[in-house]
This record gives sequence, structure tokens and C-alpha cells, in this order.
Amino acid sequence: MDRPIRVLVAKPGLDGHDRGAKVIARALRDAGMEVIYTGLRQTPEQIVNATIQEDVDVVAMSILSGAHNTLLPKVVELLKAEKADDVLVIGGGVIPDDDIPFLKEKGIAEIFTPGTPTSVTIDFIRANIKRK
Amino acid sequence: MFDKEKLGQIKESAEAFQAKHQKSIEKRPERKQTFETGSGAEVNVLYTPADIPEFDYMEDLGMPGSYPYTRGVQTNMYRGRFWTMRMYAGFATAEESNKRYKYLIEQGSMGLSVAFDLPTQIGYDSDHALAEGEVGKVGVAIDSLADMEILFDGIPLDKVSTSMTINAPASVLLAMYIAVAEKQGVSSDQLRGTIQNDILKEYIARGTYIFPTEPSMRLITNIFEYCSKHVPQWNTISISGYHIREAGSTAAQEVGFTLADGIAYVDAAIKAGLDVDVFAPRLSFFFNAHNDILEEVAKYRAARRLWARIMKERFGAKDPKSMALKFHTQTGGSTLTAQQPENNIVRVAIQTLAAVLGGTQSLHTNSKDEALALPTEDSVRVALRTQQIVAYESGAADTVDPLAGSYYIEAKTNQIEKEAMEYIKKIDEIGGAPKAIDAGYIQQEIMDAAYNYQKDIEAGKRIIVGMNKFQIKEEAPKGLLKVDPSVGELQKNKLAELRAKRDNALVQSKLEALKAACSTDANLMPFILDAVRAYATLGEICGVMREVFGEYQQSVQL
Repeated sequence: MDRPIRVLVAKPGLDGHDRGAKVIARALRDAGMEVIYTGLRQTPEQIVNATIQEDVDVVAMSILSGAHNTLLPKVVELLKAEKADDVLVIGGGVIPDDDIPFLKEKGIAEIFTPGTPTSVTIDFIRANIKRK
Repeated sequence: MFDKEKLGQIKESAEAFQAKHQKSIEKRPERKQTFETGSGAEVNVLYTPADIPEFDYMEDLGMPGSYPYTRGVQTNMYRGRFWTMRMYAGFATAEESNKRYKYLIEQGSMGLSVAFDLPTQIGYDSDHALAEGEVGKVGVAIDSLADMEILFDGIPLDKVSTSMTINAPASVLLAMYIAVAEKQGVSSDQLRGTIQNDILKEYIARGTYIFPTEPSMRLITNIFEYCSKHVPQWNTISISGYHIREAGSTAAQEVGFTLADGIAYVDAAIKAGLDVDVFAPRLSFFFNAHNDILEEVAKYRAARRLWARIMKERFGAKDPKSMALKFHTQTGGSTLTAQQPENNIVRVAIQTLAAVLGGTQSLHTNSKDEALALPTEDSVRVALRTQQIVAYESGAADTVDPLAGSYYIEAKTNQIEKEAMEYIKKIDEIGGAPKAIDAGYIQQEIMDAAYNYQKDIEAGKRIIVGMNKFQIKEEAPKGLLKVDPSVGELQKNKLAELRAKRDNALVQSKLEALKAACSTDANLMPFILDAVRAYATLGEICGVMREVFGEYQQSVQL
């Protein structure tokens, strides 16, 4: 518990809506976490590479393109293949409630939809982080 | 405007009022310590002529349809005809979207507005690896002229005006539109519409860029030049503050950054040898409409006045049309809540009124379910009806710029203009909008505003009804629009068929000609048009340009 929680904030998919990603990144940083932000248009492979290279505890993905059912599970799969599935994976964005059970089943720990206070996400991370 | 002696009396009286007001709030405190606009600017308890002491009617406002256009760009505004009610739509395949357009036209929509899916906006065909999961999701998938022919099937292009939200590959989609018109027997000089074609705000806020700044600016000026000769009724760019605001900017930043982008485009076109009065009349703008109705009205007025002054004084424009800022408005997507989505109808109504009182030329109203998914047909109808109610029932459209002369509106208009001018000055000092974007200055300013806004909401300093106050326990919303996941496969099959059927040698030769032209100073539009006519795909055309021009690298910062 000595080092601060390290989080990769990532933007999978092709959409350019990064307001949410940047706001959450700043909020996590203000909450004492170390945050790396990937920038736009990251493929699942790029996200997994960054996860491993940056040795993060959490991958927080923001997506508003509608491709969440394709891309988010793929990140979890690749993390498993790389034996990095001790990383907490969460998501946020315009994601219909109907899709959330499917995403959770695929290993995304939680989905935060529009209007979620950043404090809720921060608390969730602190409570659910799998310490290495 | 104000008599000096009388103004002195008003000042004295206003000061006395302030003293009385201070005393009264010591006993009965107000709801808040300070009152702020939607953008966080302080609002006083009262505005009087003392807040606009230099007010000069002819200098600051003038008449509608005349410089500096503060009161509007037409003499009689909506008494002639209403603004264009233009609903942004598109999803899945060209066939599905074509049906939605025909429905919207039946329901009284006056112009089309095409939403493309993200692979199309970034210049990838539907069978590209990066397109996986994205095809047809946020707009319609267009891979080639064949899709475009289906999209506008049965829609006479000499009768409708079409706005296309397309930026980095705008030249290609415009070429496809021209080619579809040719097949309908409509010549390009009859075409009316707009392409967004605003790459700078893609770098700043919207994210669908492809090429680096320099070739992107070249493509844009190529379009200006080509259209001035061949598609004279086309609005060649829609310089957009919408997405800057959605990314979290203030109202004044929306004006400042958008007009700074506008200045960069005018500079680039003049540098390319174009006469300002040839292309400037076809420039158009695109702004947001948020809930703070008075601030928004002041914003539109300030933008018009400031642009008029810039065009006249900075660029020496002579044609009044070069100075008149025309704009499209969309209600603010980021103001919608996922909670109690019915409330969004009311927000959109307020925003509609703001846009109309601010003198917009066209308007898209968001649907109540857009914080959750793409809108259903029913919710789009309510959004369109909202405009029709404001148009036909509110009276707001029957006299021009009805809020002019309000001490608050005029003071606020001055303040936004001044703040926007300060941003433009700062950007000039950095060396213009492209450099300020590369340096991350504009993005940083927007991000700071966005983060402050979020903190205010979480601290309860800013109330969003249904979200951080007046919440209820809610069931998950039902009946949201779902895009059929098989769209991707469908598009892939169509592409395979096209590639088998077309004259591939012809396609190859047209692509090579385009590639060669990229390395010269030639206008690329005729080459792109040739490739499109031969059914080269969007991905192939953009691929050729990617090879020559390279790709933009985003500067990532928090």
C-alpha cells in the first residue's frame, strides 16, 4: 500500500469525445492517484501494451462511439492472455443499461454512465483494487 | 446614446440602489453568495444604462441586415421564412438512413443533415481493422459513391439543402454528393448545402482528424476555390464552436476560439491567392445552445459583431456578405441528463428559444434520449415539434432581435465580445490557431473550464435538476434505438461486391493521378471527383492521401 494507485485512462474506439476521460483523469489525480492518459483512438492491443508497460493497477476506459460491446471485452481477453488480469478494468461513457450485464459478464468490473459523480468512481477503485 | 447629465444621474441612482441592496441582503441573505451564468461569469443584481455607458446604437448594433450585424444578418429575419429546421440524422446503412430522411421531410424538416459513422469520418472503409464494432453506429456508413446513391435515392438534390458533418475527408464526400447529383441530372451549380470541413476544431475538441495541419488546410482552401467556381451556392465550411462548447468551454471561449479558427482559414485562403470577397460569403458558423438563455443570446450577438469587425478591419473585406456571420445551431448535447430523460425536452425548448432569439439561420434540436443512445423516431419528432412550437406559437419569431436594448443583454454582449477578443489576441501572439493548438493552449483552457464545471456540480454549487437534486428512483429506460450489429457484415459484403464489379484498372489509374497531384500545388478536388466517379472507395482515396501527407499526431495532455 506504499505507492499510489496507478491508473491508465484510455480511449478505445474511434470517437473523439474525451471530455469525460480527461475530467475523470484529473479527478483521479486530484484524489492522489497516478494517472496516465492514452489519448484518442486506442486499439485494444495498444491499451493492453500500455497497461503492462506502465504497470498500472486500473484500466479505466471511456467510450462514446457505441463500439463498447466489441472493444471492452477484447481488452479483458488480451489482458488475460498476457496474464495481466489482476488489473481492475472499468468503463464509462454513453453505454445503454441493457449492455451492462453483458460487459460485466465479460470481466469489466463496473460501468459508469453519464451523470456519475467522479467521487463514486474514485470510491469504487479504492474498494475494488486488486493489490499486486 | 445616453445624455451625459442623465447618465450621471443614473449612475448616482444605481449606486444608491446598490447601497440599499447591500443593506437588505445583510438582513435577508440571497440564495447564493455570488450568481453566475452557465459559463461561470458573475451576474449582477441589476443592469442599468450605467453598465453600458459608451453604448452607441449605430456603432454597436445598427439595423438588422447591416454592419455590424449585431441584430441579425437579414433585414426581416424570420418574418420572411423561419430558420431551417435541420435534424442531424443517420445511422446503420444508407438504406436505413434514406428512410429516416424521407420520414423527416414528410414531418416538415426543411433540410437534411447527414451524420456519418466514425470510420467514414476518419477515412476508413467498413472492412478496415479499426472499423470493427464502429460501422453504422453513430451515423451512416459510406464507403463509396454506390452507398451515396442509395442514401439520396428519391431525394431531388436540386430541391433540398444538405448539411454534411464531415471534416477530414470532406472533399471526398462533397465529390460523392456532386457525382450523385450528376446522375440525377442536377448540375453542381444548383446544389445547396454545407460541409463542416473544419479541421482545426477536430484537433481541438472533436477528434476526427486524419492528416497533419498543413495538408488539411490545403484541402480546405482547395474546396473554397473549387466551390467558388463550380458549386457557388455551397457553404464550404461550418466553423464550429459547437464541439468546443461540448468539450467544456465557456460561452466566451466558444466565440473566441471559433473566430480564431475562422481567422486561420481566411489567412490560409488569402495566402493561397484567393480574394477574400470571393470565398468569405460562403463561410458559415456553427454554435451551441445551452440553458442560460440570456448569456446564449448575448453570445450569438457578440459573435456576429466581432466577426463583422474582423472581416472589415483585419481582412479589408468589401462585400457586406463577407462580414455577415451566418450560423447553424445545435442544442447542447452535454446539457442532457441520463436521469429523468423527459426533462430534456424542456431543456431543449429553452435552448431552442435561445437560438431563435439569437438569430440562428438553422437549428438542430436534440432528442430527450441522447444521453443514453441514438434517438428513436418518436423522440426525434418531439424535438422537431419543439422547434415548430417556438416558430408558430411563441411569437419569438415575429420581430427581429427582440432582446436588443436590454441593459443586461447589451452589457453581456459587450463582455463576451471583449473576452473573446482577448482570447483571439492571445492566440495571435502564439502565432495563430494552428500553433496555439499544437502548443495545447486552447485544449488546456477548455479542459480547465470543463473540470471547474464538474467540480461545481459535485460540490452542489451548480444544480442539474434530476441529476444532483430532485432525484428519483428510476427504472432503466426502455425502447432505446439499437443499431443492428450485422451492419458491419452487410457493409463488408457490399464492399467486396463493389470491388469485384467495378473497373479496377480505371480506379487504379485515378488513384495514381490523385497521388501524383498531392505532391504538386494542384487543386485536388477534380482528382478526387474523378476517383469517386470511378467508384474508388473512401478508404482508398484517403489511403492515397495518407501515404503522401502522413497523419496528425495529437498532443496528449491533461
